[in-house]
Amino acid sequence: MNNAHPIPVRAILRHFLLIAGAAVMLAPFIWMISTASKPQTEIFSSELHLIPHQFALRDNLREAFAKANLLRFLLNGVIVTVSIFVLQVMVALPAAYALAKLRFLGRETLFALVLFGILIPPQATAIPVFLLLHEAGLLDSYAALVLPFTISVFGIFLMRQFFKTVPDDLVDAARMDGISEFGIVWQVMLPAAIPAVTAFGIFSVVAHWNDYFWPLIVLNSEQLRTPPLAVAHFRNNEAGTSYGPLMAAAMVIIAPLVIAFLFAQRRFIEGITLTGIK
Amino acid sequence: MSDGAITIDAAVVPARTARRSLPAHGSRRTYAAYALVAPGAALMLIMLLGPLAGVIALSFTDYQLGAPHFSWIGLANYQDLFADRVFWTALRNTLTYVVVVVPGAVIAGLAIALLIQSGTSLRSLYRTIYFLPVMATLIAMAVVWEFMLHPQFGLVNGLLRNAGLPAFAWLQDRSTALYALCAIGIWQAVGFNMVLFLAGLVSIPKQLYEAAEIDGASSGWARFRLVTWPMLGPVTTFVVVISGIRSFQVFDTVHVLTKGGPSKSTEVLIHTMYTEGFEFFRSGYAAAITVVFLVFVLALTLIKSRLADRGVHYT
Repeated sequence: MNNAHPIPVRAILRHFLLIAGAAVMLAPFIWMISTASKPQTEIFSSELHLIPHQFALRDNLREAFAKANLLRFLLNGVIVTVSIFVLQVMVALPAAYALAKLRFLGRETLFALVLFGILIPPQATAIPVFLLLHEAGLLDSYAALVLPFTISVFGIFLMRQFFKTVPDDLVDAARMDGISEFGIVWQVMLPAAIPAVTAFGIFSVVAHWNDYFWPLIVLNSEQLRTPPLAVAHFRNNEAGTSYGPLMAAAMVIIAPLVIAFLFAQRRFIEGITLTGIK
Repeated sequence: MSDGAITIDAAVVPARTARRSLPAHGSRRTYAAYALVAPGAALMLIMLLGPLAGVIALSFTDYQLGAPHFSWIGLANYQDLFADRVFWTALRNTLTYVVVVVPGAVIAGLAIALLIQSGTSLRSLYRTIYFLPVMATLIAMAVVWEFMLHPQFGLVNGLLRNAGLPAFAWLQDRSTALYALCAIGIWQAVGFNMVLFLAGLVSIPKQLYEAAEIDGASSGWARFRLVTWPMLGPVTTFVVVISGIRSFQVFDTVHVLTKGGPSKSTEVLIHTMYTEGFEFFRSGYAAAITVVFLVFVLALTLIKSRLADRGVHYT
């Protein structure tokens, strides 16, 4: 071992490589902020500079908010992701409890179907689900954005695995107190499962906030647009002309999740890598 | 599998209720169980399993959205598909994308995880930075990348010019467009893989490194080859397959940046499916593309479970 170096060569090399990589990872974010802060004339100049000579962030933001109803789109994002998550929990938790703690005919089959369902990529069912919503007259509505995702087989699986680890004594004690099976799900299991539900919530909200494919398919109306759809339309209308406002709009759209992530990194990383199980 | 219900009955029932009430009690709980799973099971049927069967069935029809009737046409959609140059281009581009992005994102993810784990300082800062692209809305960042790759005013060409290198019209040139999308794909996936590798690295027992050192594995490379790499086997398989499945689904960057162009050089499977199914509303034909896509994705999943079984002895 040559650890006797007076200068910690290995440590310096580690930081050098990691900082170089970090520069690449952060480049788009830095470039986005930089461009969003520049006036038009500086954006369209071949000379590279990060710090604007003249700060125009506020103008670009104002123009972005004037050209697109960004607040409405952010609100749509909140409405859709929160509705999806709440409904997913309402559907998945009871099913997961029954699969983990109750005995009934068909339980093994149902669980096998849940495991199979996890393997199906969302794009695979898009055409029939679209036709279904078309038949039901639900296209181009919040319902079209939310309904297909109310069932999360992954959520059922995750919560079932968690409920398996909850001691039966807890369930028995609740039954002794005369709480019904439905009551047990919400009064006993849900409080016990808060960490798992939080992780699943982060996973679900991030996935649906960032989803582009499904809203693109089912939406027409401008006022229903979700944040990713809003950026894409903004880009199609403005690209080539007003990059400043476009970058400002992109900043606004990614801000909620990125800020939440910076405040609770551990939880976010945990939640999002849950998909690793998929 | 342990059966919770039996132990519950055994523990609770004799303690408090008369034997007479046992069957009623048990069946009431069974009814409750059905009531609890009913919404989930019904939705799973309507939104997942039904549509899956539906997409396979549709692929054998000439159904078009809005058409008054349709008929079974057997394998005609598949025959059309396999005779269509666009389909083969899309398949080749998708496979190229997978073959570039998977090794890129896996090797970079592993390298970063090893570098972060090889020291103690600034670990969580680095982890946060590398994970940031996973969090950020891909569509928004794709638009940023597009401007970074702008032929005239973009950062990338600006840096190349400063270094005296030739510039490219990355997304407008058919020879570079797909690779530009690959680069965005790698940039976005690296952090996710890094986190999975970090979890794998943390779970390797310290004693193995001590044992390897006693056995003469003194260099870092020898320790990596003898301990780290074999111990990471299952995680690596897992990361490779997950990256593969995700890369197969590539759509967002293609749709917003290139629409499959220039001259079909970035046309990929899901984008073809989207165009046929949701722009031309040729549902039957799009369903056939979906089935092909599904075969690839499920094949990858099968490989994963095969290799995962073989990898178990490592852990």
